[in-house]
Amino acid sequence: MNARALNVLGLALVAVVGIAVLFLTPRLFDLDVLLNITVYMIMAVLALSLALIWGFGGILCFGQSAFFGLGAYTYAIAMINIGESTAPLILAIIIPAAFAALLGYFMFYGRISDVYLGVITLTVTLILFNSINSTAGPEFHIGSAKLGGFNGIPGIPSLNVPFFKDWQIDLEGMFYLSTASLILTYFGLRALLASRFGRTIVGIRENDRRAQLLGYDPRAYKLATFTIGAALAGYAGCLFANWGSFVSPTIFGLAQSAQIIIWVIVGGRGTLIGPILGCVGIQWLTAALGANAPSGAAGWQALLGNVPLILGAILIAFVLLVPKGLVPTIGGLESVLFRPRTGASR
Amino acid sequence: MTVPLIETRGLGMRFGGVQAVRDVNFTLGERELRCLIGPNGAGKSTFFKMLTGQLKPTSGVVLVRGVDVTDAEPHEIARRGVGIKTQVPSVFDGLTVRENLWLATARMHRGAQAQRAVETMLERVGLSAIASRVVGQLAHGQRQWVELGVVLSTNPDLVLLDEPAAGMTDQEVLRTVELVRDINKTKALIVVEHDMQFIRMIASKVTVFNQGAVLMEDDVEAIMHSPIVRDVYLGKKAAA
Repeated sequence: MNARALNVLGLALVAVVGIAVLFLTPRLFDLDVLLNITVYMIMAVLALSLALIWGFGGILCFGQSAFFGLGAYTYAIAMINIGESTAPLILAIIIPAAFAALLGYFMFYGRISDVYLGVITLTVTLILFNSINSTAGPEFHIGSAKLGGFNGIPGIPSLNVPFFKDWQIDLEGMFYLSTASLILTYFGLRALLASRFGRTIVGIRENDRRAQLLGYDPRAYKLATFTIGAALAGYAGCLFANWGSFVSPTIFGLAQSAQIIIWVIVGGRGTLIGPILGCVGIQWLTAALGANAPSGAAGWQALLGNVPLILGAILIAFVLLVPKGLVPTIGGLESVLFRPRTGASR
Repeated sequence: MTVPLIETRGLGMRFGGVQAVRDVNFTLGERELRCLIGPNGAGKSTFFKMLTGQLKPTSGVVLVRGVDVTDAEPHEIARRGVGIKTQVPSVFDGLTVRENLWLATARMHRGAQAQRAVETMLERVGLSAIASRVVGQLAHGQRQWVELGVVLSTNPDLVLLDEPAAGMTDQEVLRTVELVRDINKTKALIVVEHDMQFIRMIASKVTVFNQGAVLMEDDVEAIMHSPIVRDVYLGKKAAA
């Protein structure tokens, strides 16, 4: 089977599975399970945003949660002030994107090397965490929205159908919206990566000096990729604020930032389906482990319930044993097992 | 007087206490072919890096068709029609041969036109048979051809070749000579090469670099018979 046929087959498979999940899940599960699955879908959109920036753009961003959190906070603050969700939704995309464009401009045009990009982005999200964390007093408010510091912002009104304030989206609606968003994001990114822009950013990831000597300006392409990724993360943040009607500064924290990276590493850099599977799988595992360890548990039960420990072990295991991540490794096995060995040329 | 394709005036590069290139005045006309020779460390590669914007000279200027590009970014110089094949092949290792050539072509051509240009170039550099292979898995010689194809795909007016025959078999060297002659029908070239046989075959004017400065500039036969050049370069090489 040639590469193009495999590609079409893969796309068709994702479409079928996606549509099946979209329509069957609400019929098969209770609302509480549906709520959990909704948050997996939202986080998978976030995972895709880093899959684009890091996996395809080659930009090591340790602070993807900064854009996610900015999206969530922007939506919360704008929604409390405006009361109709069209503008807050748009702002939740634009503000993280604008912030990324500004930050990215200084990083890429300032010729910051890859490692420092990671350090800077991580620092930025931790600065946001500390800043928002210390706004507990009543004097910290934007319009009628109190920032609430470490207490967060509760009671965020949910999304409504654009321009129709009274048609609010309920919990089941949130499931449909989040799942459809994930499916559309996946196919949107596939289209982007197949475009001239997408192929160019992959070339720049492979060898930015060569791209430059061919007349491409890597700084501009990286800035655009970073901004698109931030917009997506902001959108995911908006959905997340809706899902729980609540945001708190932990959204900017180290644990959240690290998780996104783990999803992408486990699933596989340079793929889109990998980070989705990594994200859903790890969240499911986290939830399952947490549920099995009641407070006061001892011995094995306490060990298995120690989620950060388990996540750390998974990360180390993958980095050492499956460095490419799940999907590329399985893809590699497929070609070893099923592709007949041919000579140098076909 | 016509404006030269590329010109440097008083070009110099200092790395800390080391003067790698000093006061180079160099001129190349449209469709001219020039070879650069000189012992290792003579400043040839540094000179190439300054011509392509990869290094900013510490003194002097670089002009492309009379436009000062001394402080320009590498991509801006590339867009003015300067292409370079580096000494160690610089290609997109994770991509296929076809994708490599497409990236070089796509800056100027779109859609079906780009596809056609890629297929034509695959044919020209003899890579059609391995077009779907990932470049990182190819042999060194093949990667050299991929890079040549990539550089030519941008349709530059000036092609810089840094040791194009290095690591090639005798047969491949002959093909490279043919290709250089073919390229030279429409484009100017500067070729850095150690192999005097190669230089004789392409029979060009030669500029000799020594200790960062231009030692001599003449045709290939005169260079080969010059006692000064023999002393600094050929003599050492013959003894080695």
